[in-house]
Amino acid sequence: MMIKPVFTLKEAFKNLWRNRLMSIASISSVSATLLILGIIFALILNINAMAQSAKDQFDSIQVYLRDDLSSEEVIALQDKIKGVEGVSDVVYESKSDALKRMKESWQDNAYLLEGLESNPLPSSLIVYLSDIYYSSSVLNEVQKLDGIEEIKSYQDIVEQLLSITEGIRKTGIIVIFVLIAISTFIIHNTIKLTVNSRRREINIMKYVGATNWFIRWPFLAEGTMLGLIGAGISALAMKFAYDYVFELMHSDFYVLVSAYVIPPTDLMKDVLFLFLVIGAGIGALGSIWSMRKYLNV
Amino acid sequence: MIEFQNVTKKYDNGVLALDRVSVKIDKGEFVFIVGPSGAGKSTFIKAVLKEVDVTSGNIAVDDMDITKLHRRRVPYLRRKVGVVFQDFRLLPNKTVYENIAFAMEITGTPHRNIRKQVPMILALVGLNGKGNFYPNQLSGGEQQRVSIARSIINNPPILIADEPTGNLDPDTSWEIMKVLRTINRRGTTILMATHDREIVDIMKKRVIALENGQIARDDKVGVYGYDD
Repeated sequence: MMIKPVFTLKEAFKNLWRNRLMSIASISSVSATLLILGIIFALILNINAMAQSAKDQFDSIQVYLRDDLSSEEVIALQDKIKGVEGVSDVVYESKSDALKRMKESWQDNAYLLEGLESNPLPSSLIVYLSDIYYSSSVLNEVQKLDGIEEIKSYQDIVEQLLSITEGIRKTGIIVIFVLIAISTFIIHNTIKLTVNSRRREINIMKYVGATNWFIRWPFLAEGTMLGLIGAGISALAMKFAYDYVFELMHSDFYVLVSAYVIPPTDLMKDVLFLFLVIGAGIGALGSIWSMRKYLNV
Repeated sequence: MIEFQNVTKKYDNGVLALDRVSVKIDKGEFVFIVGPSGAGKSTFIKAVLKEVDVTSGNIAVDDMDITKLHRRRVPYLRRKVGVVFQDFRLLPNKTVYENIAFAMEITGTPHRNIRKQVPMILALVGLNGKGNFYPNQLSGGEQQRVSIARSIINNPPILIADEPTGNLDPDTSWEIMKVLRTINRRGTTILMATHDREIVDIMKKRVIALENGQIARDDKVGVYGYDD
């Protein structure tokens, strides 16, 4: 079988131009699909990154102790908590340790703390979890114990974050599949127009002994090209949109969140690859599908 | 060259198009296939091209059993069997030259050879210098010559002509028959389905008559034998 790439590409462009309305429709649908896919992809990646860092940061529970506990009672309490399943370590933080840490974290503003007459901070036990998933069971156990003033855990935040991630991931995948199916269908229809207008030619080719791939190749090139053009457009749109959002996140207002946002260059590499592969895939699938009927002569 | 062994073709709608047909056509023969409409002529031809799969029996083409030929190998069978149709089947937006060259491109012939061979084949079918014409600028007879040129450009050992003169007036039909005879004399086996009584009677070639899917007659030097 002989394939002439340059000739094929030229033919493909000619056909795309001939059916330009449908071509535009196909390209738009691929672009829209990929753009939505890109947004979902970016969301998932970012939320994953956030959830990961949240897990790393929030895998501890801070147990504030009543001021009237003796050091023996504190040690007893510490041992009890150590025995709970899922606890990897328990560290005691005294009142003065707590103040020191606060001063460190306040940095330039630490002078404000100088004026304190007595230390208002409670002493606490920091309970490190071997895994974030133990947080609720550990919390339950610890709550039963005596001598505790207050428990601060990040369980709610982490749980919410995890459930949001799961939700976005699941709906995202469903939405993406539906959109891919729609785009494939639209490309299938576009290529069917060309196939239809060249039915005679295909029929003759079959009689002269052209192999299926010889016949299929130009249409495949056409469909793939539609997919790739769509991928290119959506990648550009995605880049501008993400750059913009990234800039916005870095403005003062959202500075807390911005630390977790994946930088554009890292993300765009994956996005571009994903877009090209899926775009070409949609195009190829759509065109092969549109040819099936005509190849059985 | 072509051998049918007890070939039966029953279509899904129950029509028995070929009924235990056994026939042997040798290399270099010129054979007419005649018979009333619906007698099985088309199915016979389609079976040789493997356009239809037969229900039972075996068909050999060019010493190869095509009954169990894989779908993917069918194009290579078609390259051994040129086909000419009643309606010419030329591509209207391609010139005569391109219509013929197209068949060679499909088989991967280098352009150098295509440029050499197309004019030669045009001369053979009597279309010298018409290479740059478009099909609609040609008469029906000329268009059929282009179609014949295309069917034999790759030198197939067999040429099938399905009512090649069906759309042509008697004089033009004879011109086409002369071309086919020339091709036959060069060694190509020709199988021609036709309703043209005069041509069959005058050519004095082998005639296979099909009726109700069976071979009713097979004469070495036959006549048409039906009242139209």
